[in-house]
Amino acid sequence: MINTSDIEKIAQLSRLEITPDRAKELADQLQRVLKHFEQISHVDTKGVEPLITPTEIETYWREDSVVQELTPEDMLANAPDKIGNLFRVPPVI
Amino acid sequence: MSMRNYEPVIGLEIHAQLKTNTKMFSSDSTRFEASDNENTSPVSVGMPGALPVINKQAIDFAIRAGLALNCQIRKKSVFSRKNYFYPDLPKGYQISQYDLPICEEGFIEFTVDDEPKKIQIIRAHLEEDAGKSTHQGDYTLINLNRSGIPLLEIVSGPDLRSGKEASVYARTVRQILRYLDVCDGNLEEGSLRCDCNVSVRKVGTEKFGTRVEIKNINSFRFVEKAIEFEIERQIDAIERGESIVQETRLYDPDKNKTFTMRTKEDAQDYRYFPEPDLLPVILTEAQLSKIKLELPELPQQKCSRFQKQYSLPFYDSEILTAERELSEFFEEAVKICNNPKGVSNWMMTELLRELNEAKLTIQQSPISAVNLGTLVGLIDKGTISGKIAKTIFAEMWKTSDHPEQIIKAKGLTQITDPKAIGLIIDELIAKNPGPVSEYRAGKTKLLGFFVGQAMKASQGQANPEILNQVLLEKLKG
Amino acid sequence: MKTTDLSIKELRNKIQSRELSATQVVETFFNRAQSLNKKLNAFITLNERAIDEAKHLDQRLAAGENPGPLTGMPIAIKDMLCTQGIKTTAGSKMLSQFVPPYDSTVVARLKKAGAIVIGKTNLDEFAMGSSNETSYFGAVKNPWNLDYVPGGSSGGSAAAQAARLAVASIGTDTGGSIRQPASFCGIVGVKPTYGRVSRYGIVAYASSLDQAGPMTTTVSDAAEILEIISGHDQHDSTTSQKKVPNLIVPQEKSMKGFKIGLIKEYETDSLNADVRKTVHSAVETAKMLGAEIIEINLPLTQYAVPIYYLVAASEASSNLARYDGVRFGHRSDFHSLAAIELEKFYCRNRGEGFGSEVQRRIMIGTYALSSGYYDAYYNKAGQVRRLLTEQFRNAFQKCDVILSPVSTTPAFKIGERIADPLTMYLNDIFTTSTNLAGLPGMSLPFGFSTQGLPIGVQLTADHFNEEKMFTVAYALEAAAHLSERIPNVNA
Repeated sequence: MINTSDIEKIAQLSRLEITPDRAKELADQLQRVLKHFEQISHVDTKGVEPLITPTEIETYWREDSVVQELTPEDMLANAPDKIGNLFRVPPVI
Repeated sequence: MSMRNYEPVIGLEIHAQLKTNTKMFSSDSTRFEASDNENTSPVSVGMPGALPVINKQAIDFAIRAGLALNCQIRKKSVFSRKNYFYPDLPKGYQISQYDLPICEEGFIEFTVDDEPKKIQIIRAHLEEDAGKSTHQGDYTLINLNRSGIPLLEIVSGPDLRSGKEASVYARTVRQILRYLDVCDGNLEEGSLRCDCNVSVRKVGTEKFGTRVEIKNINSFRFVEKAIEFEIERQIDAIERGESIVQETRLYDPDKNKTFTMRTKEDAQDYRYFPEPDLLPVILTEAQLSKIKLELPELPQQKCSRFQKQYSLPFYDSEILTAERELSEFFEEAVKICNNPKGVSNWMMTELLRELNEAKLTIQQSPISAVNLGTLVGLIDKGTISGKIAKTIFAEMWKTSDHPEQIIKAKGLTQITDPKAIGLIIDELIAKNPGPVSEYRAGKTKLLGFFVGQAMKASQGQANPEILNQVLLEKLKG
Repeated sequence: MKTTDLSIKELRNKIQSRELSATQVVETFFNRAQSLNKKLNAFITLNERAIDEAKHLDQRLAAGENPGPLTGMPIAIKDMLCTQGIKTTAGSKMLSQFVPPYDSTVVARLKKAGAIVIGKTNLDEFAMGSSNETSYFGAVKNPWNLDYVPGGSSGGSAAAQAARLAVASIGTDTGGSIRQPASFCGIVGVKPTYGRVSRYGIVAYASSLDQAGPMTTTVSDAAEILEIISGHDQHDSTTSQKKVPNLIVPQEKSMKGFKIGLIKEYETDSLNADVRKTVHSAVETAKMLGAEIIEINLPLTQYAVPIYYLVAASEASSNLARYDGVRFGHRSDFHSLAAIELEKFYCRNRGEGFGSEVQRRIMIGTYALSSGYYDAYYNKAGQVRRLLTEQFRNAFQKCDVILSPVSTTPAFKIGERIADPLTMYLNDIFTTSTNLAGLPGMSLPFGFSTQGLPIGVQLTADHFNEEKMFTVAYALEAAAHLSERIPNVNA
């Protein structure tokens, strides 16, 4: 059973600000959705390795040579807040 | 130090930046001297749509290190995502290895105060570094040049029992990584970082005490001091009846104290899961044996070879093999003169002292291995005396010139011709009739006086043995 | 014939023979897109430089160069694919101002072949939705009937393509996001084998499921585009190094010797009568063309929706963690940066930047990965996913191509189903297993509902077996005799 305090915990872990009303709504929705999803527990999966990449793909590793096509200015062009070529955020200590 | 019947339990997590040209998952440069956010790309900035691609060299380096640390290398290892939010972590997750690391179950051996130690390596796994935050009071600035640099995290077993042991362990790991040329081991630049897990327990108990992590220690000396402080602090606390809080502490070298950085309120939930943007790292036996074959001689092997092959004492061998470059310098010099102990003495007494004073590495030495070998050879051949050799050494240090060139320019060759030495002594005898008759009357102690005077007269160039012989001959009268 | 009704091959011939200039072609499509977009809301951004780029191509043609097989072809790109210098929003407030400094590999390959990005198409926010109603930029209208949804999440591409606002369009498909809107809008939509097309530069929704693919008017147009965008990419190590098959050569229009599989479990009561009729007629056509029809059992497909949502939401919760308002993306108006706590900073930026469906999926994913739930949800889903994939591999021992419905119903009315997430999720029953198993799949227009809305049928083949799928598609397309392929939309 998922209650609003579970929802608040998940929202905090997900870094999402939600209102109490929204938390209530989400609790109901997630409860229903996850209950439906739980039907997979009926499948016997003993000893089965989970599948991640679904197709067989040949290994590809990069050679260790530098390729740099973009400038720091390109990389900071979308920054909401910056000083020089550094990203600015609230004080973290 | 008194342990008051407590036993410290210490484990180290060493983060070694691998010496690749490019990052773990992108082709950005890893050059340390770069302007703000110069070494970045959509991948290292975590732009929408960017994907990681494994750097082959980083895998090779990790295997090399794993083999040298006597680890098992997994034929299939897996990258996972470690999810947490922090401004210097661009994607909101760090690509690391979790349940299937590339190297595990290794060990290293070393001695502390002549006592042999064997320390388990639980695992060594690959991961990407985070960026760098600079705190400016009202705000923090983020530079992502470091973001994505490959790290090998080497985790020791909880086998270390003192600060000294921990620091020797860390030095040994650093030495091995430097021998392998996979990490430059620079603690100040952060290319090697040590986190220490410290707990104490009553002697005889099995159960571990509560563990405290000390982070960001930037020298081996401080590793030792921080741990010693922390051990005392924990014992004091327990003796006072307090309990140890599981937390992360920082070491302040100025105050020689550790202080709380953050407590583990509710344990972080990192939600590790296999990185779907990367395939598992699959290694073949062929790949592994190729790397095994290319593995260089490691410090301990080299140290025992030096003792055997060059008949050097353990002390010399250990110092000369401390750094790969130093040992290579030694062997190159020995090739020239075939006098291992001679080269060893010159390196350990003269060269290392000069280098230390000038804060230079052996690679930066103004005196080359060939030149030092030549110098030792010239002494052995009698071309110059030991005393003159010191003068020449000083000149070599200043000019980087070849010793023969210096000898020629300054006319410093040793005089070995008995006739030439005889002429000097004849003159000396003629000038000092008093002491000569005293000597001949039995005051043989005066020999030293004559040797000194004769040497001075030859401007130090006379071969001491021949000079002695001729002098004794002539003084007989 | 109108310029905007021509196929890629026809346009190429006219441009190469100088009957039409690249500029004329692009201008014609651009003007049509500009005027019809007001009704359809198919584009979020039109490329204002498109005509200039066409002029440049004409200069190159005049100089005797041949820029490539798609020279002068205006292509609509789903706004999930990064386009250098053109806003890429993922249909989200979070990225409403984001201008990428680089091109996705798909876009780069299209450009290299001479194509021109005509604009960026609307979509469900971060491709999370099947009706295009979750877009921050408003719902897209189905060109066949403006009261209806075009499907989703590639609804903008589907609508643009159906209305011929571009020669071809690109969509992305994580659980049916190309095939379902293609079916709703009466076009061809192909989801390639996982690993066939590079994901580099495509805003990630669910990394182990996402694939980009063509959305076109005809099967041969889809083949033209797929060939260009397929193949190994050094920026995406999950792309296959396998040779890209030639899909364009005129195929045998017979299906003699082909075994067509029908999934027994897909015979559900929830299937709409018009959809059932359309699939039935495709089966009859295949028989007529010489195919053998084989019934196959895929019992685990009943779990496809739960597995899909658990895997996709888990990966998404991590993939979307990068949207934090630090390096790009929405940042809330903070009065004082110094006074804001870091955690609040994140929660506010993300809470404001993401819409409700995206937040819901992030929450589901975070939950499924969190300690104590990982084994029962994420890990279990991965295990059942493997078993489901094995069932498909076995099925392809018995048949060449599976024929099935795309969706239980034709397009539905805007606003009709958005209220309940679970009902919405269950609509994806026929499309999600293709992504879970990494198989190539496509939607091919094959009929109309009684209300005159298009209905497609779905073809699925084994890994890296697009060739067989296209052979069947060419044959069925030729035999379909659809009365009309292009809806009548007036500005």
